[in-house]
Amino acid sequence: MGSLGEHIAVLGVGQTKYQSTRGDVSIAGLVREAALRALEDASCTWADIDAVVIGKAPDFFEGLMMPELFLADALGCVGKPILRVHTAGSVGGSTALVATSLIQGRIHQRVLTLGFEKQSESNATWALSLPQPFSVSINAGAGGYFSPIIRRYMARSGAPELIGCMVAYKDRQNALLNPYAHIHQPDLTFDQVVEAPMLWDPIRFSETCPSSDGACAMVLGDEAAGDAADGPVAWVHGTAMRSEANNFPGRDEVSPQASRDCAAEVFAKAGIVNPRSEIDVAEMYVPFSWYEPMWLESLGFAEKDKGWQMVEDGSTEIDGGDLPVNCSGGVLSSNPIGASGMIRFAEAALQVRGMAGEHQVDGAQKAFGHAYGGGAQYFAMWVVGASKP
Amino acid sequence: MREIAVVSSAIHQVEALTFKTDVQLMVSLINEARDAVDLVQADVGFTCSGSSDFLAGQGFSFVQTLDAVGASPPINESHVEMDGAFALYEAWVKLQIGEIDIALVYSYGKSSPGSRRDVLAVQLDPYTVAPLWPDAHAVAALQARLLIESGAVTAEELAAIAVRSQRNAVGNPNALRASADVTVADVLATAVVADPLRAADLAAEADGGCAMVLAAGDRARELCDRPVWIRGIDHRIDAHGLGVRDLVTAPSATLATIHAADRAGFGADSVDIAELHAASTAQAHILTVGIGLGHDVRIDPSGGSLAGDTLMAAGLMRMAEAARQVASGDADRALAHASSGPCLQQNLVCLLEGD
Repeated sequence: MGSLGEHIAVLGVGQTKYQSTRGDVSIAGLVREAALRALEDASCTWADIDAVVIGKAPDFFEGLMMPELFLADALGCVGKPILRVHTAGSVGGSTALVATSLIQGRIHQRVLTLGFEKQSESNATWALSLPQPFSVSINAGAGGYFSPIIRRYMARSGAPELIGCMVAYKDRQNALLNPYAHIHQPDLTFDQVVEAPMLWDPIRFSETCPSSDGACAMVLGDEAAGDAADGPVAWVHGTAMRSEANNFPGRDEVSPQASRDCAAEVFAKAGIVNPRSEIDVAEMYVPFSWYEPMWLESLGFAEKDKGWQMVEDGSTEIDGGDLPVNCSGGVLSSNPIGASGMIRFAEAALQVRGMAGEHQVDGAQKAFGHAYGGGAQYFAMWVVGASKP
Repeated sequence: MREIAVVSSAIHQVEALTFKTDVQLMVSLINEARDAVDLVQADVGFTCSGSSDFLAGQGFSFVQTLDAVGASPPINESHVEMDGAFALYEAWVKLQIGEIDIALVYSYGKSSPGSRRDVLAVQLDPYTVAPLWPDAHAVAALQARLLIESGAVTAEELAAIAVRSQRNAVGNPNALRASADVTVADVLATAVVADPLRAADLAAEADGGCAMVLAAGDRARELCDRPVWIRGIDHRIDAHGLGVRDLVTAPSATLATIHAADRAGFGADSVDIAELHAASTAQAHILTVGIGLGHDVRIDPSGGSLAGDTLMAAGLMRMAEAARQVASGDADRALAHASSGPCLQQNLVCLLEGD
């Protein structure tokens, strides 16, 4: 890696089934399910874990303030350090990166990191729309916030109207290959995607992410732990985080500078000059369909205003595409918000380990994991590889 | 370990920040901390903050506070939904990697618009405890009652801790509760709030914030006359359930001290001063024993969190107050402590030293 510090390996990944209500488990049961699967995948026990880094979106989503306190027992953390990260929608990615830094800084050798959300415990729209004194709430939800930005993209790129529907149809088809995915619609047709009700023009109901319960965990290890692993591990080749203010004159909301800077740093650290040809598979945070072409451009996989062409010509499809995007079904098919970013990072790791099951991209050597949050202000990214950097 | 130092800090704490938003508060504190060492945001390699959405009454509340930093052009930044002391820990980790030399840490809390003792009930087990809505004072009182009944301390000795805090706080502009002539008899003459705790036994609820600049090695020496080196820092957590813990001890505080001392090469028995983050006088006693502070250690020279307790920032303020004692030469070695959760569930210990 083109940066200092210890090499890091992803030793294990654990995911829960994502669904609208996991009424069969408590919050503690949900996180423990993902954590135990990650430990098993890493051939580790609780005793092997030095520290835990947990992330999730606003505490209002469960009505539980600072849940790391309540979850310390379930995560085998008693007598150990635990950190709780919260960086808006990018939090799953940021959480993995804070865990990474604990190993990179040679503080710990093995760290369990986990993101979760149990949205069924509360009501996300309520949690995001609490009235504030002396300010008017637009009560628009995330879709209402992002739809004007998407329209701006459509206008400036001249993208055909149905590109978003193509992304949504692709991701929902991919979800059928992923047993953990929330939305499984085996009989869905492209026409049904197009004919779905318009929620926030141009975002249709079929082009938006669900609300999910779920957790995703990873066990990260240092170089010695990675070398000692029996099975395949994913090596971290580069990491980067960036944040920018929500409002300032001249802000490019379609392709924020924080996104471009973050991508430039992560690819530089990973020694990648041409992301399009050197990355084999990408898991990108696409909560609304149009964000696939928008991020393809912002991240440097496509030229400005040309990202939609990659969607149109099938470049991002798992069958035959040269850069399959969101083979897991993506955020469009599963969205436990606090875990959504970590799922992207974990799915990237599974791909280079050759362990992505039916949605595996053959021979994937380098994969890209991406998360964003806030008003497209917070970014977390990593590049993982099958071989040591 | 790479040498990392506190090179500047800014604190503001009052009973209620009625006419200031979090952003307005942090604009002045962040600028004060950066200006003190002649830095601008472009010099900062990593920024980390701590706050709570439950205090702001708004999800993603920290997003707005980014405006106080000036994140344009974009910055390398993260946030913990924890006391700022844990943001300091994350920044210290990032500095250990060696990619950056300067970090900015800040945190803030404004609990005055709501009933803090009730809000904190939602930190408890959401299935079996929180629905009973035990407020924070009642939970602290359970612990204090157990401590007194264990024979470890008397109500008079707890009152003496309250007196120590109030006397030390004289001259601290950020203290809410200070008195040069308060006595144990004065405290014992006041009404009990949550038996056995009196108002003076409970930390004074405050609004406020804290900002701090950290720097590595020679960069720290360039920026100030006497860098305050973080020689050791560690944090640990105990089980959550109040019924599964021995509430008159704080095992995670003891463990964090041992691990911090391992890194520092010196322990709690050889510091000159200590700043404790306690919600009650009983917790201050439990921490003094659990951390193993010697009899000649000056405890809470600023008055500690008992004299002013800003939720989400009180721990970082302890780091800042302890660092100021070292920077001024009043102490050579200091211990700063932060805690989180009910009855001292989670504890962070930082050992500081001047050159």
